[in-house]
Amino acid sequence: MAIGVGHFLTVAAILFTLGIFGIFLNRKNVIIILMSIELMLLAVNINLVGFSAHLNDLVGQVFTMFVLTVAAAEAAIGLAILVIYFRNRGSIAVEDINVMKG
Amino acid sequence: MTTLSMSDLMPALPELWVAAASLVLLLIGTFRGDRGTGLVSWLSIAVLIIAAVLVVSGPQDKTVTFGGMFIVDAFGVFAKVLALLGSSLAIIMSLGYLRNEGMARFEFPILIVLATLGMMMMISANDMMSLYLGLELQSLALYVVAAFKRDSVRATEAGLKYFVLGALSSGMLLYGISLIYGFTGSTNFVQLAETLRSTDVAHSVGLIVGLVFLVSGLAFKVSAVPFHMWTPDVYEGAATPVTAFLAAAPKIAAMALFLRTLVAPFMEAFAQWQQIIVVIAIASMALGAFAALRQDNLKRLMAYSSIGHMGYALMGLAAGTSQGLQGVLVYLALYLVMNVGTFAAILTMRVRGTMVEGVNDLAGLGKSNPMMAFALAILMFSLAGIPPMAGFFGKFYVFLAAVDAKLYVMAVAGVLSSVVAAYYYLRIIKVMYFDDPAESFEQPMPGEMRAILAVSGAFTLLFVLYPAPLLAWARIAAGALLP
Repeated sequence: MAIGVGHFLTVAAILFTLGIFGIFLNRKNVIIILMSIELMLLAVNINLVGFSAHLNDLVGQVFTMFVLTVAAAEAAIGLAILVIYFRNRGSIAVEDINVMKG
Repeated sequence: MTTLSMSDLMPALPELWVAAASLVLLLIGTFRGDRGTGLVSWLSIAVLIIAAVLVVSGPQDKTVTFGGMFIVDAFGVFAKVLALLGSSLAIIMSLGYLRNEGMARFEFPILIVLATLGMMMMISANDMMSLYLGLELQSLALYVVAAFKRDSVRATEAGLKYFVLGALSSGMLLYGISLIYGFTGSTNFVQLAETLRSTDVAHSVGLIVGLVFLVSGLAFKVSAVPFHMWTPDVYEGAATPVTAFLAAAPKIAAMALFLRTLVAPFMEAFAQWQQIIVVIAIASMALGAFAALRQDNLKRLMAYSSIGHMGYALMGLAAGTSQGLQGVLVYLALYLVMNVGTFAAILTMRVRGTMVEGVNDLAGLGKSNPMMAFALAILMFSLAGIPPMAGFFGKFYVFLAAVDAKLYVMAVAGVLSSVVAAYYYLRIIKVMYFDDPAESFEQPMPGEMRAILAVSGAFTLLFVLYPAPLLAWARIAAGALLP
């Protein structure tokens, strides 16, 4: 069986959904949320590269490079905010993030 | 292989200036340390004002550069001027607060300058790639600014919530972009519009799913329902000058991006995205009206108020006509003035050295500080949309556009929710003039706050006499966006 663009899209869709569920269903730890965010961005990258190969067009791969770079910056900032939050609150459990009721 | 020449860089001169200047400011800050915060703040304001001058004196008609990724037009000029104005006012308003609360660190104004650079990039985006990079440059700076009061549990919690939900929305936006790229073969707005015109891809499921994800990501950035859940918490938790900043410039830039991203490439798919915008506009207006009724915290109240206002602004987009877009731009300009004025008032609410932010703390302001109470009352009437204040005209033009586009349900929902919303704006006026006085605020008001409050109050009160220049400018800007 040949592997076509549809297979890539399916894998990416599954990973993306896992990422979203990871953010909303996880009650334990904010680090897991950061991992889920990363998972979502990587799913998008698979999508972009898959389409890029399918369309014979380089733009998708260039885009992937930018997404990777931004994802690294985002993870750095996320961890930095998490560290100062931990200093103030002494916990990074998701259910403890409730000083303000939203 | 095309090379970039000097003339290709010229349209992006304001952005290049802000980028280079922010690096120099960072150096000055590093050498002077936190003693240099005041200097860096004033220099940042100067940088933003010079950038605004460069924007206004630069090209006004459609100019595209960087291989079609970057566009300068009258619409971009209008939105950039508003964003730059909002950011520089936010820095001015932060000066006293930073000093009093012991958080005078030089990174604060620089982060605002970097966020503003991101806003200018997203306003000028003409390609999904530059859209994403501009948006992220703005968002990453905003996450840090939100958590800037780093020894406060509330501020860091606000930063964390903003970060997690912001990253989620960026993910959805990107997923949408990847689907749009896959089904049309391009990320450039001009090519996308061309593809949608010449083929019937506008009706393909893949493109519509991508469009829905894209709209969800953008709706998050303007905090439209159902992607608003971060707004009240972030507004309440972040330091007050940060909230004043978040409520003005980033909202305007995100709304401008929203308009350009839907109108420039996807006008052929208007019927598809119009339904989404109608629903989120109605939901935002209703939630903004009802959820704010029970709020006693002014910052939280302003958060719900801004959700509602974004709903009204989206009405003009849902109409999809040049009249509607003009309405959105006028609305954004007036929203900026009213919001900045209101936050200038909130920032002067200090009692014996601590900031207060409850609605009841305003009690008796009509006696203890009649000028401030009068200016705030004008702003509240204006936010409620009562004629002849400026806010009425903002609402008037978007309602008119919605009625002309035969979106009667949305227009009626808008009028009804603005009636409900009037309750909580008028309650503030009632508390100021008729309630038993609470402890009065520290006198005298800082000079810069007094000036900002007076100018915004006078603008909202007197806009009715001379509205023509703003209306004409917004018409030109809206005309530049529509093909």
